[in-house]
Amino acid sequence: MTQAHYVNKAPFPPPKDPREAERLAKLGERSATANFWRRFSRHRVAVICLWVLALFYLSVPFAEFLSPYNPQLRNAEYLYAPPQPLHLFHQGKLIGPFVYPQSAKVNLERLTWEYTQDTDRPVPLRFLCRAGEYQLFGFIDSDLHLFCGQGNAPVFLLGTDRLGRDQLSSLIYGARLSLTIGLLGVSISMLLGIILGGLAGYLGGLVDSAVQRLIEIIRSLPELPLWMALSAALPVTWPPLWIYFGLTIILGLLDWPGLARAVRSKILSLREEDYARAALLMGASRQRIVFRHLLPGFSSHLIASASLAIPAMILGETALSFLNLGLRRPAVSWGVLLNEAQNISVVIIYPWLMAPMVPIILVVLAFNFVGDGLRDAADPNRN
Amino acid sequence: MWRYLARRSAIILPTLLVISLLVFLIIELPQGDYISNQIAQLRAIGEEEAIAKLEFLRKEFALDQPFLLRYLIWLGAWPGPSGFDGLLQGNFGWSFEYQQPVWHVVAPTLPLTMLLNGATILFVYLISFPIGVFVATRQYTLADYLFTLLGYLGLATPNFLLALILMYLGNVWFDISVGGLMVPEYIGAPLSIEKAISVALHLITPIIVIGTAGTAAMIRRLRANMLDELGQQYVITARAKGLSERQLIWKYPLRVAINPFIADIGNLMPALVSGSVIVSVVLNLPTVGPVLLSALAAQDQFLAAFVLMFVSALTLLGMLLSDVLLAFVDPRIRLGAEARR
Repeated sequence: MTQAHYVNKAPFPPPKDPREAERLAKLGERSATANFWRRFSRHRVAVICLWVLALFYLSVPFAEFLSPYNPQLRNAEYLYAPPQPLHLFHQGKLIGPFVYPQSAKVNLERLTWEYTQDTDRPVPLRFLCRAGEYQLFGFIDSDLHLFCGQGNAPVFLLGTDRLGRDQLSSLIYGARLSLTIGLLGVSISMLLGIILGGLAGYLGGLVDSAVQRLIEIIRSLPELPLWMALSAALPVTWPPLWIYFGLTIILGLLDWPGLARAVRSKILSLREEDYARAALLMGASRQRIVFRHLLPGFSSHLIASASLAIPAMILGETALSFLNLGLRRPAVSWGVLLNEAQNISVVIIYPWLMAPMVPIILVVLAFNFVGDGLRDAADPNRN
Repeated sequence: MWRYLARRSAIILPTLLVISLLVFLIIELPQGDYISNQIAQLRAIGEEEAIAKLEFLRKEFALDQPFLLRYLIWLGAWPGPSGFDGLLQGNFGWSFEYQQPVWHVVAPTLPLTMLLNGATILFVYLISFPIGVFVATRQYTLADYLFTLLGYLGLATPNFLLALILMYLGNVWFDISVGGLMVPEYIGAPLSIEKAISVALHLITPIIVIGTAGTAAMIRRLRANMLDELGQQYVITARAKGLSERQLIWKYPLRVAINPFIADIGNLMPALVSGSVIVSVVLNLPTVGPVLLSALAAQDQFLAAFVLMFVSALTLLGMLLSDVLLAFVDPRIRLGAEARR
């Protein structure tokens, strides 16, 4: 039995407003991805924040070049050295960026280090200079640095910590672990979320209710105490790299329910769409329908939710390392650096130990704005 | 209504059961246990006598049993060395580190933990509600932008860093110690009005620190909800009929916008409890937070397990309260449960 399928060949009545007609015509011409990015680019703050994040992430592979020192390098003569302000003019004369050298003296009454600046002897910064050797990308031998001080007068633009390690270099190296841990963690949580949410949404029935209960329970648990307990279970004897991967798994393990829930509800609603039914009638397998037809329909949503989940992971790592439960020296991350600032009486005397807060807050703020922009772009009809 | 509440409360029990299994699993993840670690240490020194005693203790706490049995004994659903004696019977286990029952170790910290979390929820409600309504009715004004900016900053600043900053500023600018529960001279002093005031003053900082992110999120949510409602036709109708602006807002759009607001407070609970744990560590408050940290560091498993159970139960309780409140406010939930029958 065949039944003629009636389709009206006549075009849709064009919109009355010619500008609207043009907009609709263009909308159809561009791909969905192009439309998505056009909507995103209208969110100006989000675009700026995306550039900020790009800069941060770009610094990751070049940390050795950007930082003046190795963050493990101890300067016994410069313990708790304060940040040296950059100057341009010495006694009214322009001599380029320079710092004044400083020397330490112990204040025996208060048992603190006190530094005096020698304002007669400016130390100009050297740019693209040869200093400590390193391996770029792990295999290119080099000793080129963006800038460094003079041999007898090191430069600590953000001060040093209790062992005289340069804070600025530590921050640049620390970005490496702190920034990537969020990306890896989110990949794990996305994988879990898509698999479990997809199964629940597509299979329905018993699987669905089991996954749903699990989602509800995990979502109702306070994350941080569980993260603490899980990372306390990582053996202390593990090398830093293993601890790092262990942490990404821990962070991803508790974060998937939000994504799984979004995937499930999207699949439930998209499954009823005509195109999904059409694919089914044409004999497409379930797998093909979900991954080929349904998933692209909400991938932009997934990206948006993922970008909103990354800052939580970065903060999770920071909190755990701060509490001494996450990464430990010799690994350098922003949380590990903040661990030095755990003792408030030390922070009061040497406040520059709180410096890692600035990049943390910047990155988290930027991710929030980008995530908001992506979400608005993914869902133009939300408001 | 009562039927809904009874059903909603009944869900908590199976949830707690699943959580207890999860918690026990997590606590048992590290290699070995407190006593076997001590045995290993003593064996290195060669103290055979002490080892015999510890082996006895291992049996006493059923640490030599397989995992599932250990869990059931801890839960109190299986007879252990001393019969049915676990969570269900009200025995929360033994703290190896403190050489005391877990209950004795944590009991002094529980009231403050609950007080802190309760006060923080109250703070989030009380601050975000008026501000949310205020900025929604004044969209795109200076105040709106100001609170939006503050909100974003509040969301981006992790609470333990905020605690550090406030401690630093308090010390440098006002020369006061922000941390701790009270001014040092009151520690050990008998209860007096001055001591109570000192405690209350010291609680203000942690409450603000823990509540800030939540407050920022709630303001944003309430603002969005209110704006959705303010654009509706019935608002225009009410305005056309000459209702005063104040009467209009309180009577119609606010009543609709308040529901998701209340529901969200429940979703906020896990984050608040998480925050109270780490902020207590930073600010040195005697809640379960520092206890958990030291228990995890020493692998004092039953103590850590109890604290994890407690914070989870606290979160569930907060969510239950927000659902109850929602049922009171929203007739659809309270009547819907009956209509569905």
